[in-house]
Amino acid sequence: MSEAVVWLTIFVLSVFVGIEVISKVSSTLHTPLMSGANAIHGIILLGAILVTGYAESTVQLVVGLIAVVMATVNMVGGFVVTDRMLQMFTRKKKPAKSAGTDQSGAAA
Amino acid sequence: MIDTPVWVQLVYLAAAVFFILALKGLSSPKHARTGNLLGAIGATVAVVVVFFYAELDNVVPILVAIVIGSIAGVLGAQRVQMTQMPQLVALFNGVGGGAAALVALLELADMTEPGHDPGTFALIATAFTIVVGSGAFSGSVVTFAKLQELMTSRPVLFPGLPVIFALGVIASVALSVMTVWTPSMLIGIVLGLLGLLVGVLLVLPVGGADVPIVISLLNAGTGLAVAASGYILQNTVLLVGGTLVGASGTFLTLLMAGAMGRSVANILFGALKGGSTLGAGETSDRPVRSGGPEDVAILLGYADKVIIVPGYGLAVAQAQHTLRELVDVLTERGTKVDYAIHPVAGRMPGHMNVLLAEAQVPYEQLKEMDDINGEFKQTDVVLVVGANDVVNPAARTTPRAPIYGMPILNADEARQVVFMKRSMRPGFAGIENELLFDPKTTLLFGDAKDSLGKLLSAVKGL
Repeated sequence: MSEAVVWLTIFVLSVFVGIEVISKVSSTLHTPLMSGANAIHGIILLGAILVTGYAESTVQLVVGLIAVVMATVNMVGGFVVTDRMLQMFTRKKKPAKSAGTDQSGAAA
Repeated sequence: MIDTPVWVQLVYLAAAVFFILALKGLSSPKHARTGNLLGAIGATVAVVVVFFYAELDNVVPILVAIVIGSIAGVLGAQRVQMTQMPQLVALFNGVGGGAAALVALLELADMTEPGHDPGTFALIATAFTIVVGSGAFSGSVVTFAKLQELMTSRPVLFPGLPVIFALGVIASVALSVMTVWTPSMLIGIVLGLLGLLVGVLLVLPVGGADVPIVISLLNAGTGLAVAASGYILQNTVLLVGGTLVGASGTFLTLLMAGAMGRSVANILFGALKGGSTLGAGETSDRPVRSGGPEDVAILLGYADKVIIVPGYGLAVAQAQHTLRELVDVLTERGTKVDYAIHPVAGRMPGHMNVLLAEAQVPYEQLKEMDDINGEFKQTDVVLVVGANDVVNPAARTTPRAPIYGMPILNADEARQVVFMKRSMRPGFAGIENELLFDPKTTLLFGDAKDSLGKLLSAVKGL
């Protein structure tokens, strides 16, 4: 098997896995899922670090560093904001039980 | 560049598995937070490992850049209001796409040096990443501007837009092919500029209500650009991570478009065909019936069954907590109250669930559209708070309307409808709502938080 075909195989299988794992998502979670997937492609940071680490001129270094900053914002910000959203989904279990009586939480 | 050692390949494999588990977790409410955490761990480990094998130069500036990016990302993520979430996701997606395009340009610089023969596939992947990455960047910036209302949220059209767009796409393909024969930095930079142009032109004609679908599509685009850069850099974790996002993002886009009863092509290019500017900014002076908080309080207080339709306006007014109090009081009086959540309520599919969860509304009271649509006929009062398009019967009756075909909440089947609105301004989609002029409709004008407060004390006083 030639090397390009190996890469193609990984690609095609990943496509199917990507569709399969989210095929049963409820519309409730569309926003966090989009945001979480968004964070995952922040892994381009790895590529940005590699090209910056092998930069051969100042221009390349500067462009590479810009890419590193952008990719980090994508990755770190993406995971943090997704977690913030999901925190709200888990937190509501407690008040759900005492919704009728607990009025104080609304003012807070 | 040195070869990737086996142990690093294995770490990358583990990171790729973590990404799959992350997406899997994110699609069920129970495991979503764990899933996100797994994704973060996988990404962090994969990034840290690079420093230990790759014999990099410029390590200090790189670390400084990472610190700067982390601070910016965390600050943005923590400061943003939940109402502004779609904008932030668009922005994060944009910088990711931009980074992918820059990485590909730097790789191209390396490939064009004498004595290097990168091969046909790598050159195609490079051209693809440059175009799609920069397109995702500029498209996301326009999306951000629309959602943040820095520019009009209505479709922007000008004569010749489709022609310029088509020429941009054709030129991108032609230059990508040229890259394979004679790779050069000049072509690479022109490809980047073309990508920027195509991205802007793709998003400009999309109307405000459809913008979330575009975010999802651009997200998938960035994913594929990252996957292609994985092939260029011969890096499996980039390939797998990017492909997962590209595939799941495309699928999610189709799911969302389905929830709106539209095709993706119709969302992107519908405005180009014309005719979708129904009611363009025109405010009708037809008579409506408006009432005071006391009138509405009587309607609600003596109803057996009430359904609340919350919309983006509720969240903008920060009135979720007051609404929840009102619902608690009504429930104590013996009224059955449910929330009807349209799949695209808010500015992004699933957005309203996040916003109400923030206000600690019990999960059991949130009903999805398909579950509750049959119940409107037996409902005494529907209270529409800051929503408009999701109850607009034009989606069923007016083929010219941009939202035609979108499944809506059947609020018009209830005995009484109360709209809480700030003004007669049409909704985000920019279309007038016939339901506002229905004889059974009462309008309560004012800021949602203010009106709900008055309504709450009026109901308490009954």
